[in-house]
Amino acid sequence: MSASWHLPETASQTAGPFLHIGLYPQAAGLDIRTQERPNIVAGPGVTGERIRIEGQVLDGTGSPIKDALVELWQANADGRYAHPADPDGASTSENFRGFGRAVTDFATGLWWFETIKPGVVPARAGTPAMAPHLTFWIVARGINVGLHTRLYFADEAEANAADPVLSLVEQEARRRTLIAERSDEGELPVYRFDIRLQGEGETVFFDI
Amino acid sequence: MANPSEDWTSPFQPRDRAMHPPALSPGYKTSVLRSPRQPLISLGPTLSELTGPVFTSEDLDPLDNDLLANAAETGDPLGERLIVHGRVTDGAGRPVPHSLVELWQCNAAGRYRHVRDGYRAPIDPNFSGFGRCLTDADGHYRFRTIKPGPYPWRNRANDWRPAHIHFSLFGPAFATRLVTQMYFDGDPLIPHCPILGSVSDKGAIERLVAPLDLDASQPFDCLAYRFDIVLRGRRQTWFENRPEGG
Ligand SMILES: [Fe+3]
Repeated sequence: MSASWHLPETASQTAGPFLHIGLYPQAAGLDIRTQERPNIVAGPGVTGERIRIEGQVLDGTGSPIKDALVELWQANADGRYAHPADPDGASTSENFRGFGRAVTDFATGLWWFETIKPGVVPARAGTPAMAPHLTFWIVARGINVGLHTRLYFADEAEANAADPVLSLVEQEARRRTLIAERSDEGELPVYRFDIRLQGEGETVFFDI
Repeated sequence: MANPSEDWTSPFQPRDRAMHPPALSPGYKTSVLRSPRQPLISLGPTLSELTGPVFTSEDLDPLDNDLLANAAETGDPLGERLIVHGRVTDGAGRPVPHSLVELWQCNAAGRYRHVRDGYRAPIDPNFSGFGRCLTDADGHYRFRTIKPGPYPWRNRANDWRPAHIHFSLFGPAFATRLVTQMYFDGDPLIPHCPILGSVSDKGAIERLVAPLDLDASQPFDCLAYRFDIVLRGRRQTWFENRPEGG
């Protein structure tokens, strides 16, 4: 048996401008799945602080792009993931999958989620404890391989300072691209998270 | 549904970027302003990447994988009737079971059912181009659809996409998330496509081109094409379970 044998991963290809048809059909103008609200990650019954996350995806000229899909993956308020790799995942609530999808508005480029703020992810499965964070994955026309990034919360400064992933980012200025500021003006607390694909203030993306 | 044989906490093989298009592919003009220029930060996998959303049959409708029927209003969609199927495995050839596969495509005339597609080719009122399904216990997926047409796009003055179907895959974790496109064997537009051509590895391009699969066709009904998909495998198990003939 050869230890060098393996099949290479299938090549990534851009999701193109019409990704909505398969991934967010109501945004394409299709009348299927109109009941689905993929950007509402947590319904009213889910434990945790209800928050809104919003932002734009900006290109190398600083212009908002209008055809991106943003996916969100997160732990619950106790820092548990609804997945078999999480030894305590079974305790996550029935109505909280922890997954969401949003698309950028065709006019404004704004995307948003309603969810609950995740908890500290406790140290386990070989990973040290992590500050509360949201995992994002972005695809669009012109993006050849989906981009992974993370959102951390500005009001979690102490936990952020100890976070093992934030500390991988050497430059303080680049680390700040992962931190969303909180505003309490609206009905829900809002965290603003602009994703800059290129140029000044380029968001940190991860090779995971 | 979980795969009982999966070693859920085992990390994934690092992504081999040589098998993927680079972020900046000048022949594909839109990538120029949408490609990060800073290096990606390598992240040893944490629980946040070893986990990912779990989908079940309750998330799907029974006709979701039948694009011949799932938007039919007055009759069958126009075009060549096809079965598109294949297996989703990891790098060791092990099946990726019970995993969400989503696809989207244009109609036989090359027009997307999308508010933003302005190509002059006609909409087919019986076709949406939307499909999803879960892989079975052996990693197999199957759709019925029609063959998509080629279409022009704004890049160089006269660029046309070869016929293709867009695929989205989750696999067992967020680390295996992938979108790709399937092409059709024999399409004369393939060597002219700047999007496919952004992949430099010839083998990687060939693996995106699905061969005709006469054995899986339905006589007097549907031709079949087979598109097998490989997602990233686990680090500790990638040398095990060499499949027959592998
Ligand atoms: Fe396309």
